[in-house]
Amino acid sequence: MTKETRKLRGLSRELMALRIANELEDGTYVNLGIGIPTLVSDWIEGRDIVLQAELGMLNTGPLAAKEEVEQDLINASCQPVTELPGSCYFSDCESFAMIRGGYMDVAVLGALQVSEKGDLAGWQNPGRGFPETIGNIGGSMDLAVGAKKVIVAMIHVTNDGEPKILKKCSYSLTAKGVVKLIVTDLAVIEVTPNGLLLQEVAPGITAEDVQSVTEPKLIISPDLKEVQF
Amino acid sequence: MNKVFPSVDEAVADIPDGASIAIGGFFTAGTPNDLIQALVRQGAKNLTIICMQMGPGNEDISQLIANKQVKKAICNYPFYRSASRGADSPVEMAVRAGEIEMQVFPMGTFIEKLRAGGAGIAAFYTPTGVGTVVEMGKEKRTFNGGEYLLEVAIKPDYAFVYAHKGDSMGNLVCHKTARNYNPEMAAAGKITIATVENLVEPGGLDGDAVHVPGIYVQRVVKINRPDYFPSIE
Repeated sequence: MTKETRKLRGLSRELMALRIANELEDGTYVNLGIGIPTLVSDWIEGRDIVLQAELGMLNTGPLAAKEEVEQDLINASCQPVTELPGSCYFSDCESFAMIRGGYMDVAVLGALQVSEKGDLAGWQNPGRGFPETIGNIGGSMDLAVGAKKVIVAMIHVTNDGEPKILKKCSYSLTAKGVVKLIVTDLAVIEVTPNGLLLQEVAPGITAEDVQSVTEPKLIISPDLKEVQF
Repeated sequence: MNKVFPSVDEAVADIPDGASIAIGGFFTAGTPNDLIQALVRQGAKNLTIICMQMGPGNEDISQLIANKQVKKAICNYPFYRSASRGADSPVEMAVRAGEIEMQVFPMGTFIEKLRAGGAGIAAFYTPTGVGTVVEMGKEKRTFNGGEYLLEVAIKPDYAFVYAHKGDSMGNLVCHKTARNYNPEMAAAGKITIATVENLVEPGGLDGDAVHVPGIYVQRVVKINRPDYFPSIE
C-alpha cells in the first residue's frame, strides 16, 4: 500500500458502533461478537432490542459498574454485565439451539477478512503459528451460519495498511457467503449478488480512497452519501 | 440416596490414567476450579480434557498442562484472544510443540456433542462449519437443499461441574450465566462430580427450579464460594 492510503482517517470505533446500532431494527434479537461489535451495546440503551450473550442469557444489560459486579453474571467476552427487566438464563447448549434454529435476527461480528462473495474469515490468524484446524472458533461459526443477517464490523485495512476486503479470503473461513453488510472506519458496503456496493463513506473520505484500500472492484451506489448518524 | 463426598480430593481419587474428563465453565463463570486443583494434586496422566478453554479465565487448567497430565484437549476457544498475552503460556507452547493433541470445534457443535453423549444419540448433522476446515474428514449430507456435517457424540468418563446449590441426591440449581455448559456435561459424564456452593438435604430445593436432575450426578462436594473478579485480560 502507498503512504497516502495509510493516512486515511475514518470513523472511530465508537462511531462505527453507532452506525451499526442505527442499522438495527426495533423488535429484534441481536448477538454482538467480541471487539468493536461489543461497543454497539453502548448505543442501544432504551431501545426495543434484546441482546443475547451466547453463554446463556437473553436481554443482557449494560456493563456492570464496579459495585454491581457479580461473578456469575458475565457476557461472552467475560465482562461483568447487568440484568434488565425480562432477562432470562439458559444453558449454552440451548443458546446455540436458538442460534442454529434461526431465531437470532442479527449477528454483528468482527473479521480478519471478508470476500466479495460475503465469505467471512475471523477465527484464525496464521501468524500465531498453530496448525490450520486450531484456533479460537468460539461461537463465531454457529452465529455466522445461524443468524438471519450477519453484519461485519472491522477496521478497513490491516495494521500494515493491507486490504482486508478481498476477492478471496486467504485466511481460514468462518463461513461462506454469509456477510450482508460491512461497516468499517472508512465505508459502509453492502454485499450483493452483483458484487460489493459502496453505499456510504466516512466524512472526508472519497469513493476512490475506499477503492484504493479494497481489492475487489466496488460498485459505487448512485445514492452514495456520507455516513449519517 | 446420599452422594455427598467429604472433599474434592476424595471425589477425584479413583480417576485413572487415560481418563476423559469434561469440565464445565465459560471463562470464569461456573468453573469447578476446586476439582481441577484436586486433579493436579491427584496426578493422573494421559488425560483427555473436554473444556471450552485451556487457560483464559481458568489458569488451573493450564496447571494440568504444565504438569504434563494432558494427552489431548477438546475445546472451542482454547487460547487467549491476544496473541501476545498467550504466546508463552504453557498451553500454546505445548500445542505448537505438538506435545498435546488438540481438537477445536465450533461452540454450538462442541456442546451439542456432549448433549448427544448424555442423551444416547450417536451423532447428528449440523450446518455449522460447512465450507471451512471444520468439515475435513467428516461426512457431508444435503437435507432440504442445505449442507450439513456429521458430528459424533462425546461420552466422557467423568464430568466436573459447578452449581450454586445442590442437594445430597445430586439435584443441582445453577445461577445466572454460571449455568453455561454444566447441565449437558453433567448428563454426558459416566461419573459426574458436582461442586456446590450450598449443600442442602432432600426437600431443600424447589423441584421446579432444578437445572440438573440428580440422576446425572454421582458425587456431590460442598465447596466455598470462590472470590474473584471476572476477567480474561
